[in-house]
Amino acid sequence: MHLGVPFSFKLSKCNEDRNNTHVFSQGYSVSNQCWEVLAGMHEINEQVVAELQGKARVLRQDIVKMLGQAGSGHTGGSLSAADIVACLYFWEMKLDTRNPRWPDRDRFVLSKGHAAPLLYAVLAEKGFFPREDLAGLRKFGSPLQGHPDMKKVPGVEASTGSLGQGIAWAIGMALAGRLDRKDYRVYALLGDGELQEGMVWEAVMAGAHYRLDNLVAIVDFNGLQIDGRVEDVMSPLPIAAKFGAFGWQAVEIDGHDYRQIMGALNLARETRGRPTAIVARTIKGRGISFIENLVDWHGKAPNPEQVAQALAELM
Amino acid sequence: MEKVATRDAYGKSLVKLGQMYENVVVLDADLSKSTKTADFAAAFPERFFNMGIAEQNMMGTAAGLAAAGKVVFASSFAVFATGRAWEQVRNSIAYAGLNVKVCASHAGVTVGEDGGSHQSVEDIALMRVLPGMTVLVPADAVATEKLVTAVYHQEGPAYVRLGRSAVPTIYRPEQELHMGRGVELREGGDATIIACGIMVYQALEAARMLEEKGLRVSVVDMFCIKPLDEELICRKAAETGALVTAEEHSVIGGLGGAVCEAVAAQCPVPVVRVGVQDRFGQSGTPEELLAFYGLTAGNLVKAVEKAISLRDGYR
Ligand SMILES: Cc1ncc(C[n+]2csc(CCOP(=O)(O)OP(=O)(O)O)c2C)c(N)n1
Ligand SMILES: [Mg+2]
Repeated sequence: MHLGVPFSFKLSKCNEDRNNTHVFSQGYSVSNQCWEVLAGMHEINEQVVAELQGKARVLRQDIVKMLGQAGSGHTGGSLSAADIVACLYFWEMKLDTRNPRWPDRDRFVLSKGHAAPLLYAVLAEKGFFPREDLAGLRKFGSPLQGHPDMKKVPGVEASTGSLGQGIAWAIGMALAGRLDRKDYRVYALLGDGELQEGMVWEAVMAGAHYRLDNLVAIVDFNGLQIDGRVEDVMSPLPIAAKFGAFGWQAVEIDGHDYRQIMGALNLARETRGRPTAIVARTIKGRGISFIENLVDWHGKAPNPEQVAQALAELM
Repeated sequence: MEKVATRDAYGKSLVKLGQMYENVVVLDADLSKSTKTADFAAAFPERFFNMGIAEQNMMGTAAGLAAAGKVVFASSFAVFATGRAWEQVRNSIAYAGLNVKVCASHAGVTVGEDGGSHQSVEDIALMRVLPGMTVLVPADAVATEKLVTAVYHQEGPAYVRLGRSAVPTIYRPEQELHMGRGVELREGGDATIIACGIMVYQALEAARMLEEKGLRVSVVDMFCIKPLDEELICRKAAETGALVTAEEHSVIGGLGGAVCEAVAAQCPVPVVRVGVQDRFGQSGTPEELLAFYGLTAGNLVKAVEKAISLRDGYR
């Protein structure tokens, strides 16, 4: 929707209110109220937030159960992005579950494909396939491969798992949307460690070059990868400033704060002429005390006792 | 029988090399716990560089280190080390003839649950096609240690293919392995199975099963895919007239492809190739996948019978 005011005006208006700030890479600050000013047809209110929180809880429960049944898989990075993905699928994106290939649908590309359990959980919750199928995660003969396979699962938009490639894929989809004069939007979710792949920045350059305002890249900035903290292994920081320098609109938010997630998505939708990067500060393993912020839980599944304990915490 | 993963043997060998030789430098791309270069990193932190999730940059950096006199071991999963960074390996390492040893783990379908995106069944082909590249596929922990040590001493680029799962140890510690020379593990005049990697053990099993059926077959461990022991292949072709190749890799371009090239040019006899039949991998347990793709002793028995009937049909 259009607020009837130029974008820069909105930002500068927001800029006046400097308490409780969220940092825009290019020096803008936005208060909590401003996120709501920017809320468009996608309304942000307490009821919406409560509903989305409920959805994210279900996703986290499913993730834990699936991984427990599979006995292997990526727990931390699936949990860290659950709030973001709940907002995308239950608030932001237009989709038709009865027609997964609807040409006008919005597209979500899970560039950090190892978070497949999260994607499967949300697709099942949306109704793309029966939730009983979740029990097949990583098992022989199941469509739910260890990393997403678009040929096997309705609703999966991209076959991913090799890090760095999903954002380029999203650029291709955004270019196709423009060619076909469709107004669908494309969302890519990346890991912060994934940003170390050179091709991410080739794609970021292309996104700005082609002024893809129908594209949003969301970085799950949980601070951890496999071999340790991203800053210790190979620092990708500062992230938002890099996107900004490449010509993107870059926003830093708390990736577990629904108002900020939705506000950033609204802002991206209202922006013309350039893509938006949402750098979402998250906690890896969010929601389960004994998994949160531990590097060891990157690629490990909970055992039956841990599943029970986790589910109790998620009640 | 003792079971050890070849990647574990690789980690231990690197530490030994590091103790003996100052010029050993090791690189990894955020998988050091999986590839086992973490052992070296702990012992020689100043000679270990974690390049982050950036395989292409890792190979370029390896080339620079080697050009400056280091002997560089660069590790990641096989699909990323040979696939993602192939052109860097080609131009910066192989074309330049540099002392970089690409030692990649998680090759083949025994990666298991992670699925097809992570199961490299084309890495042998990708590396074998590069001029001057030595290509080695050790069958067990003993062979791994010997070959990792051998590539350190041998000038020039090399590729060593390592696995995720524990495999039976077939060699005694005193076994000698020579570059470019296959090992005849068992002699028999009815047919020859030429195997590499985990399929060597399956080939020995198949030979035992065939013996019960009254057939005596030779088993060759062709751990050195390049340079290939064409002399041994042609001798076995002449002696038995029926060849079977066995590899945890696509039948296109790998050991089977290499043997066929040599046999067609020099000593034509029927060759039946056991391996992944031009398909991608998928999720499952290693055992389920080995059975599904026919990488079993039972299937080798059938392949030997087929090769014999082809031979007898020709005659
Ligand atoms: C090209 C490539 N290299 C390596 C890997 C192995 N890998 C899987 S997950 C991972 C770490 C990812 O860290 P991050 O992007 O921060 O993800 P998150 O913390 O959100 O799980 C690595 C190295 C891969 N999948 N793809
Ligand atoms: Mg991370």
